[in-house]
Amino acid sequence: MVAVDILETRGLTKTYGGMDANRDVDFVLERGKITALIGPNGAGKSTFVGMVSGRIPATSGQVFFEGRDISSLAAHKRVALGIAYTFQITSVFPGLSLHENVALAARRASPATEVEAKVSAVLQRVGLADRAEQLAGDLSYGHQRVLEIAMGLAQDPKVFILDEPTQGLAETEVQDFINLLKDLAGETTILLIEHNMSVVMEAADIITVLNFGEVLASGSPEAIRADTHVQAAYLGTSDA
Amino acid sequence: MTIDRRPIVLHGVFLVLLAAAFFVLPTYHAGNLSRVMTLAIYAMGFNFLFGYTGLLSLGHALFFAAGMYGLGMSMTGWGLTPLPALVVGVICAAVMGLLIGFLALRTKGVAFMIVTLMFAQAGYLTIFYFGEFTRGDEGFVIQQAERQLFGIDLTSEMGRYFAAFILFTGTFIGLSRLVQSRFGRTLIAVRENEERTQMLGYDTQRHKLSAMVVSAAVSGLAGATYALLFGYVGATFATTQYSILPLLWVLLGGAGTMIGPFIGALFMFYLIDFASGITEAYMLIAGVVLVLLTLYAPQGFAGELRKRMIPWLP
Repeated sequence: MVAVDILETRGLTKTYGGMDANRDVDFVLERGKITALIGPNGAGKSTFVGMVSGRIPATSGQVFFEGRDISSLAAHKRVALGIAYTFQITSVFPGLSLHENVALAARRASPATEVEAKVSAVLQRVGLADRAEQLAGDLSYGHQRVLEIAMGLAQDPKVFILDEPTQGLAETEVQDFINLLKDLAGETTILLIEHNMSVVMEAADIITVLNFGEVLASGSPEAIRADTHVQAAYLGTSDA
Repeated sequence: MTIDRRPIVLHGVFLVLLAAAFFVLPTYHAGNLSRVMTLAIYAMGFNFLFGYTGLLSLGHALFFAAGMYGLGMSMTGWGLTPLPALVVGVICAAVMGLLIGFLALRTKGVAFMIVTLMFAQAGYLTIFYFGEFTRGDEGFVIQQAERQLFGIDLTSEMGRYFAAFILFTGTFIGLSRLVQSRFGRTLIAVRENEERTQMLGYDTQRHKLSAMVVSAAVSGLAGATYALLFGYVGATFATTQYSILPLLWVLLGGAGTMIGPFIGALFMFYLIDFASGITEAYMLIAGVVLVLLTLYAPQGFAGELRKRMIPWLP
């Protein structure tokens, strides 16, 4: 039997000079679902996914991936296990072609003979196929965001962490992105950090709310919408 | 994607012309060209780390000298013949690359430059410390009688030219293929954006260390070849000047291009040759030309060509 939870954290904590960015975060990620991580600015969302992906070393706590403790693995080894990560601040290879950007992602995960097919398929899927030979640095910001996602997809990740993917995108691009997300559901497990509530409410199966570095609530979009603690955290009322 | 044949044709024509040059050029220039080809091997080794991996070392003289002393001392000390001695030279340099890479790659940027510079300086001083064996400043000569390979006299103009040509060509083709391989493309990715490369699941640290070993080994091959073809091993080749020269050649010729290192070494060689015919202060002229080139062709000759005219230049 395949476990329901693909990724789990226990007591994950990050302290920056005495300040807890994350405190004892216990979190589970359900296989095949889209889970959104939300919370006010400074709630510790990026730090949390940073610790999950290995970019940021945790002060204490553990990360389990498919039942295995990966807390001590370097970031690149976690990625190789199937945890893909897209950066909040766009991070592509500006001096290389789109094709090479995606090929770099595909080459690590696929046998040499399948790389070309993989790259074409992914570029087709995200709608960048006609720009394959352009330099990534010449793309518009929105297209660079899409390229980031393409680089994630090319790895066939088991868990796909998206850190604010719609930040800075135009309305129409956001809608395309939501469609892509829904299309991916079932294929892979997605952990989405997102500020845009319409994206979250439309695409997420499960929402986890972080506030002051701790898990405030977790549940379906409807449950979260109705949660008074969450409302208080976002709206700043004092009756919580 | 179809394989682009233009670079292969270009490289083929270039190598054929280089081989033919010996029969066309006056002896003086043919002799210069053997030296330039040997130095270009060094430049290509440096370029592999600097131009393709994005790591600027200021201590490559150490690897050049390791190859040179590895060959020289194993020939004069152990009585090895040139071919195994060449292998010893390359291994010496590769081991140095591994050791220094292991330590220096914990740093980045300016710190990496300083650490490599310091190691090279330590290497230079080590040559004096063991002056009893290395003959220190004075250096030593490899006798003409020993510099024979497969019955070819490497001290003759022709033997020397074609030995340099064959080693240059081997290195040129080998490195061309390497930068096209999965490994080479990952190094380019490290140069462009190391953090992203890591977050694509590549062990960037290991890639950088491997690049360092390859670069050191090629630089060592150049040092060993130089000693073999020109018959002299000395501590001057371990000085900081010999760490800076490959950087200049590569910057002039075009970092991250295959043909750039050769162009840079050739240009610089004749620039100094020409300038020293005019004045004692020949480095003054060389300096002015370098400043002008940096201002008006910051990507080097081959780099500017690639930018302006032939974007497919490898």
